[in-house]
Amino acid sequence: MNAPKRKLRVATTSLAGCFGCHMSFLDIDERILQLVELVEFDRSPITDIKHCGPCDLGIIEGGVCNAENVHVLREFRKNCKILVAMGACAVNGGLPAQRNHLDLRDILEEVYHTEPGLSGGGIPNDPELPLPLDKVHPIHEVVKVDYFLPGCPPPADAIWKFLTDLIAGRTPVMGHGLLHYD
Amino acid sequence: MSDQKTFLLDGREIPFEPGQTVMQAALTAGVFIPHLCYHPEFRPHGSCKLCTVKINGRPATSCTMPAQAGMEVESDTAEIRDKRRALVQMLLVEGNHFCPSCEKSGHCKLQALGYALGVMTPHFTHFFPDRPVDASHPEVLLDFNRCILCELCIRASSEVDGKNVFALSGRGLKKHLIVNAESGRLADTDFQATDKAAQVCPVGVILAKRKGFAVPIGQRPFDASPISAQAERYKPVAPAPKKEA
Repeated sequence: MNAPKRKLRVATTSLAGCFGCHMSFLDIDERILQLVELVEFDRSPITDIKHCGPCDLGIIEGGVCNAENVHVLREFRKNCKILVAMGACAVNGGLPAQRNHLDLRDILEEVYHTEPGLSGGGIPNDPELPLPLDKVHPIHEVVKVDYFLPGCPPPADAIWKFLTDLIAGRTPVMGHGLLHYD
Repeated sequence: MSDQKTFLLDGREIPFEPGQTVMQAALTAGVFIPHLCYHPEFRPHGSCKLCTVKINGRPATSCTMPAQAGMEVESDTAEIRDKRRALVQMLLVEGNHFCPSCEKSGHCKLQALGYALGVMTPHFTHFFPDRPVDASHPEVLLDFNRCILCELCIRASSEVDGKNVFALSGRGLKKHLIVNAESGRLADTDFQATDKAAQVCPVGVILAKRKGFAVPIGQRPFDASPISAQAERYKPVAPAPKKEA
């Protein structure tokens, strides 16, 4: 009768983000001990697993700014039953998307050629480096996203409320003070 | 028996004075109706459509609709909330609204309505328009990226300041806010930071320089309570007198 429930498998990653949302996630502090009773981690900076296997929940921080981001995002969408956009950059592109009104070549020229600092080094063109996209996109413009949690970053209490609602099978409801765009 | 006239708003009896609009009566009674282009000191504009309600089953903008005795008004229903959410989402993708780096964050009505309506995502595909800022004026910055075309600055500048500093140009998707100067720069107008037009922007377009982020997070107007609980802030007041040119 009381067979232990299977733990939910969770993967997390940061695309064009700053890992601030992951840091805020860790700010749930000792509540992480309650969380690991309920979930186990697949691909995540916490486990250092490089590729995502079949998961119940995928959490994406950051928008899509280069070709590798697209591949990682698609891998998550393919493997995760529920995909969550966490933080301002995943939700609307955030700070990286503020380059969107500029021409990509002009940006690269300015950073690597005309401005002091890196000038003279040339625009990086190593095959190892993923090519930047013309524009930075929020993740819902590339794959279907099931849930969104805005914030820069979302506060730890918001992440906790969101995850506990979701794990309990409820649609997460963020009351006043937990829903923030900044 | 009092002869006070009333109408029903979501089942609640709202008293009104003759000549008041549905919005004015609701706000006076402490009931908030979401809005962006309405301002207590200005004539209603009816353009943002956030305040759309159903009156006896028909949609109408509550900021322009005169209150009438016995009318039945629906505002806070699932259907209307969905429509308002879609309007906010369309405004969010049409401009460049990056709250974390905006000085108006925590003071912004568009943001506050997003919270109140539970807008978790902009949902639509972003336009990411190219709208250069105007930093020419010594005291005021114009960041057109956030303009929602409510025309409050236009109305304030012409109706109160007597200056006509702002205007809209273009049509449809190309409609945008401009500065009435041959150069198009705010510095080349008689605009001053003390003008009414500098005080009315509901979003972060018209910003006083050197004052950014003065109020700490936690103490900003929409930190303590949601905009939906702040109806008294928007109660109708007498219009500001027009300044002598």
